[in-house]
Amino acid sequence: MGPEETMPETPINVIEMLPRIRAASDEMREILVANIVMIGEIPAPTGAEESRARFFSQRLNEGGLLHCFTDPMSNAFGLLPGTDGRRTIAVVTNGDTLVYETTDQTVEVRTDMLVGPFVVDNSLALGALAALPELFDKLQIRLRSNLLLLMASRCQGRGNLDGLKHFLSEARVKPDAGICFEGVQLGRLNYSCLGMRRGEIICRLPDNYNWAQYGNTGAIVPMSDVISRIGRIAIPRRPLTSMILGSIEGGVSYHNIARQAVLRFELRSESAEILAQIEEQLEDITEEVSSTFGIQAKLDIFAKREPGGLEIGHPFVRDARAILAAMNIQPMLYPTTSFMNALVAEGIPSITLGFTTGERRHDLDEIDETAAIGPMTAGLAQLVAAIISMDQELSNEAD
Amino acid sequence: MKRTKPKRKSATAKAPGGAGIVTERIREWLDTHTFHHSQFSNIVQLVEQKRKSGVTISLCIPTLNEEKTIGKEVVLFKSELMNRFPLLDEIAVIDSGSKDRTLEVAASFGADVYRSADILPEMGDKRGKGENLWKAIYQLKGDIIVYIDADIKNIHPRFAYGLVGPLLFHPTIQYVKAFYDRPLMFSSGVRPSGGGRVTEILIRPLFSLFYPELAAVIQPLSGEYAVRREVLERLPFPIGYGVETSHLLDVHTQWGLDAIGQTDLDQRVHRNQATRDLGKMSFGILQAFLSRLESHTVLKDMPELGSVMRQFQSHDNHYEPVEHLIREEERPPMIEVPAYRKKFGRTR
Repeated sequence: MGPEETMPETPINVIEMLPRIRAASDEMREILVANIVMIGEIPAPTGAEESRARFFSQRLNEGGLLHCFTDPMSNAFGLLPGTDGRRTIAVVTNGDTLVYETTDQTVEVRTDMLVGPFVVDNSLALGALAALPELFDKLQIRLRSNLLLLMASRCQGRGNLDGLKHFLSEARVKPDAGICFEGVQLGRLNYSCLGMRRGEIICRLPDNYNWAQYGNTGAIVPMSDVISRIGRIAIPRRPLTSMILGSIEGGVSYHNIARQAVLRFELRSESAEILAQIEEQLEDITEEVSSTFGIQAKLDIFAKREPGGLEIGHPFVRDARAILAAMNIQPMLYPTTSFMNALVAEGIPSITLGFTTGERRHDLDEIDETAAIGPMTAGLAQLVAAIISMDQELSNEAD
Repeated sequence: MKRTKPKRKSATAKAPGGAGIVTERIREWLDTHTFHHSQFSNIVQLVEQKRKSGVTISLCIPTLNEEKTIGKEVVLFKSELMNRFPLLDEIAVIDSGSKDRTLEVAASFGADVYRSADILPEMGDKRGKGENLWKAIYQLKGDIIVYIDADIKNIHPRFAYGLVGPLLFHPTIQYVKAFYDRPLMFSSGVRPSGGGRVTEILIRPLFSLFYPELAAVIQPLSGEYAVRREVLERLPFPIGYGVETSHLLDVHTQWGLDAIGQTDLDQRVHRNQATRDLGKMSFGILQAFLSRLESHTVLKDMPELGSVMRQFQSHDNHYEPVEHLIREEERPPMIEVPAYRKKFGRTR
């Protein structure tokens, strides 16, 4: 293709374009690293993403995108208009990071990797999105569809994808297709979402608790009963279902009766019915424990996602697999509970791709994550190729 | 309050009657020569101004065993201020003989790397940061040279554009120093000035005594500054701790206070130094300072200065001295080096 050439109306073979995309992407290494460092060092805890959103939006603006804004929820976005603009592809990543504003968010740059607090989740993908306008410019490719680049706020923890849901509900024109871009792992290809319930069970002593009565043991023993009852719930293997008890905390010392205990959990399933059934069982358990022990037990489910997604034979999935295979990247296909769920819930056909290889950490006292620099340019090339092939599929549909 | 521009007074004005004039002069200078990096954050505008001025800009990072931080500095400056916006024409690392992978890491992210010993080899090789800074004048091509230390954890493009900005927009300013931790433009109320321990205990009192106008330089020891070549090539360079202090004294004496500017770069996260190390640093700075007092004829008949700094440690139940030989050697102004004049077509 020549300079400033638009995507032709007759199908082109994106696989044949890959070497050119790879070559252009390879020139982006320094920009990618710089983007990731600069974005990663701007604090953006869930619900306080304004500064990072402003920076991201400014980057898109400098990259020549149109309509670069941040909305009241601190979503940040920009639009690369397509030549016919009848369809819109959204490339989305989460903008919030599970780090307090006061935490030192310095990112260390080593020869082969980046190290920093939650750099993998998800400064990496934001850095890649911010580099996309320049890469398209380098490639001199204009898509037929509009390309919407979106940093979604309030995705993590109790954020419950609120930023992304807000954006999608307020958008004048909904995207016709989506690519969710995650920091790791390069090769992941998620085309379906597990349903999910994320919540807490809280056992709390009532104000009139009888402290003097022998055998009253506070909030911890009832919580252990909650856990053992959860352990007796039949979790089916098919449809794929899992119950993760992620964290438990309660009490303050050896000899003080614990006033409160909190269990944090995440329930995942391919089946909406099973999710509903188990949620009901959890409600029963908390009520039973509450009455048995004379305490207040409460179930608080603050994040709900329903299962859904594409079939493995969908053209988006098929094309993405072909691109990964052509790049000698082993595709990893599995269902996800990530922010793709918000797109799927809106009926937007979507896939999730990963940017590079790296290590995520979930230990509370160890927040530094590592991301390999080497594979980043391949990850970016894969994303561009997936966008181009998605553009073609959408254009074919529109025609 | 309306201020009238006072006439230039001797830098050494010490009489009580002169104190008010100095204070007024300092206030005026602070108002007109103190900047905040955000004033120059429109890099497109900076690049345009650079083009109009027809100048080239080099960035020099002096290093000694900085493999942990150098990669980030190089990649950020290269990506932001060379690839995205062509503000810098050159990024060079000048190394004093690192034993770690400093040079390899810097080169891998696209910096030009040099060993200090390989530059002007006929002039010999001395150990010290000032040596790297001095040799950079010969090695680097820019009309403006920006020096930035290699140990900054929170490095950001503002460290370079915040220092270059005043030089591009204010032709009379020759030398711009960085200062930190004082967000002047975004906070209100009275706050203490922001030097480190050596600055507040040693440098500012000395400046107040002998060069009172220079007391207004908030962080005279900061390792980040941008300078025009015409000035840089005429400055002698102590190769050790005294280089920053002597620069200020020399620029002030030769070109006046208005040739100096300072930029608030917000925060700088770097290694903290032990008090004993600051003692050695102060000793070197004092050597350079006192020698300037003599050469600027501020003090006459100075005795010969010692070169041994003694600190003490307890050993069992007695104290013993620990001696450090600290000799602030100086390199001559680069303009006096024939090879330099030849390379850059300069005359003395």
